[in-house]
Amino acid sequence: MFNYDKYLRTDKLPHIWCTGCGCGIVLKSMLRAIERSKIPQDDIAVVSGIGCSSRTPGYLDFNTLHTTHGRAIAFATGLKLAKQKLKVIVVTGDGDATAIGGNHFIHAARRNLDMTVVIYNNYIYGMTGGQVSPTTPAGKRGSTAPYGNVEPAFDISRLAIAAGAPFVARSTCYHAVQLDKYICRGIKKKGFSVIEVLSPCPTYYARPNRLGNVVDMMEWYKNNSLQIEVARHTPEEEKKDKITIGILHDTERPEFCEVYQQLSAQAKKKYVE
Amino acid sequence: MTNKPNAKLMTGNEACAEAALVAGMRFFAGYPITPSTEIAELLSRRLPQLDGTFIQMEDEIASMAAIIGASLAGVKSMTATSGPGFSLMQENIGYAAMAEVPCVIVNVQRGGPSTGLPTLPSQGDVMQARWGTHGDHPVIVVAPSTVRETYDWTIKAFNFAEKYRVPVILLLDEIVAHISEKIVYPKDEEFELVSRKITEKDPASYLPYENTDSDIPPFAEFGVGYRYHVTGLSHDETGFPTNNPEKVDKLNRRLNRKIERYRSEIIHYEESFLDEADICVVAYGSAARSAYRAASDARKLGYKVGIFHIFVLWPFPYEALSQIARRVKFFIAPEMNLGQIAHEISCAIKREVIKVNRVDGGLITPNEILEKIKNVQL
Repeated sequence: MFNYDKYLRTDKLPHIWCTGCGCGIVLKSMLRAIERSKIPQDDIAVVSGIGCSSRTPGYLDFNTLHTTHGRAIAFATGLKLAKQKLKVIVVTGDGDATAIGGNHFIHAARRNLDMTVVIYNNYIYGMTGGQVSPTTPAGKRGSTAPYGNVEPAFDISRLAIAAGAPFVARSTCYHAVQLDKYICRGIKKKGFSVIEVLSPCPTYYARPNRLGNVVDMMEWYKNNSLQIEVARHTPEEEKKDKITIGILHDTERPEFCEVYQQLSAQAKKKYVE
Repeated sequence: MTNKPNAKLMTGNEACAEAALVAGMRFFAGYPITPSTEIAELLSRRLPQLDGTFIQMEDEIASMAAIIGASLAGVKSMTATSGPGFSLMQENIGYAAMAEVPCVIVNVQRGGPSTGLPTLPSQGDVMQARWGTHGDHPVIVVAPSTVRETYDWTIKAFNFAEKYRVPVILLLDEIVAHISEKIVYPKDEEFELVSRKITEKDPASYLPYENTDSDIPPFAEFGVGYRYHVTGLSHDETGFPTNNPEKVDKLNRRLNRKIERYRSEIIHYEESFLDEADICVVAYGSAARSAYRAASDARKLGYKVGIFHIFVLWPFPYEALSQIARRVKFFIAPEMNLGQIAHEISCAIKREVIKVNRVDGGLITPNEILEKIKNVQL
């Protein structure tokens, strides 16, 4: 079996996450995907914002950058452009990526700079104690929505596709093996790849919404997910409350670094002449 | 930088962009804003020619973040903006100070507060440049007053950023940025270029935030085998977050001491005619231009007026002003704000400062300063 210690800063453990949190599942899946991708450890940079998920890089033995709230993708943009041999993986959460960092997220997708963004979507702000996020379903409770959430939720994957990301996949912490595959595909994709992972927060999402413990949440992911291959043949009415998982979008678009290099070569030629 | 003409008519913004390239800047991220936009425009043309990177980001928050990311990859980086954009950058300027990432932020000051007067000059961001981001943090702020000075101080700004591992703010104003002046290009060799000190340790023994004798930890760029952690949270020598009071105290004190202990190397001002003076005009940025003219006119009228011209605003030259206050009685401070630096001067000289202020978008004329000189009751 693959030894995770190779990629962990074991002296920084134990981690800060609650019992039953999905962050550790995504972390391990990411490490299996990195191992499978065969990318040298020194060439990997993991960049995060603020929140529970964003604490991931601290435990990982790569070039790691824990930035400000919502800004991980913007920091990662500078890092990648200045050193293009780096494989940049951004680790972020639903609030970090789609509320405070929403602008950076959509523009990075549009720009199609080569990086992989793994979004842990737990429907809540965990680090600050359970406030509603842009992905909290309407009607669900949070500490800032004691009567239920007034707002409708973002569909992160659809948002990424609409903004131009050429590779978008969704999985859950229950479907961890599938998740390995998607993260690995995302890493290998030349371009902006987004992997959304539904991740349980038993402490701040399940508890106020009476959704049981983490086992119940895993059961819920299992019973309410629909593989994309199946979903394609399922009538709209039947998949209304289901979560479609799988590779939702995979296409080719010119990648920013490549386009910039071509442009730079031309500009240089003219300059020298 | 070959085949450069010896002399050229250029603006402060152009001088800033060209000098940044001489300093070795190869990454620029920015967002359009008057009156700084020409810096971005010029660099969008020049950087691709020099294997550098120009990127127009979605806002100033992202621009500031991107230059920090690029600097961690070992590339000298810069952004340029004006008041409203500078406000948005404060969050990540604090990050650069905390994570000790060298970078240069150009703020071409325009009238404020808020969106204020986009096309007109001001010096209203002097205090924001020092204290704009939250927490006690180190920062260096320089303010040239001519096109040639902008050229020189842009290079010096990079040297400061690299040497001390801090964000350096180059504070221009709309006049300095847009005025066209003849500048005789210095040869590139005339400038000493400083690059951040790189660690000599191997990856296994490297501590990214080590408490060294110099207080400035040696740097290792991302992607060369030093797999360390960078965070904006209070951290220990390994770069990992900590709440340990002793370690946090040590970090915060070192971050600020890093600039304080080198203040004599950083501080820069020029004194003119102060030996025999009764009156000292303390000025910086474009207001210094009017101050020189006013002092010269006043001297022709028999007034003993000298100039204390500040180039490095922060750290502030309290000691030098305090020395001058022993022999000079009156201090006049012309500023395109309501007296932001006048307050610092009075802290240094322990008495009131005669203020000449404008906040209407107009520049301070030599006559306005001259009138104050004439009104001093000697």
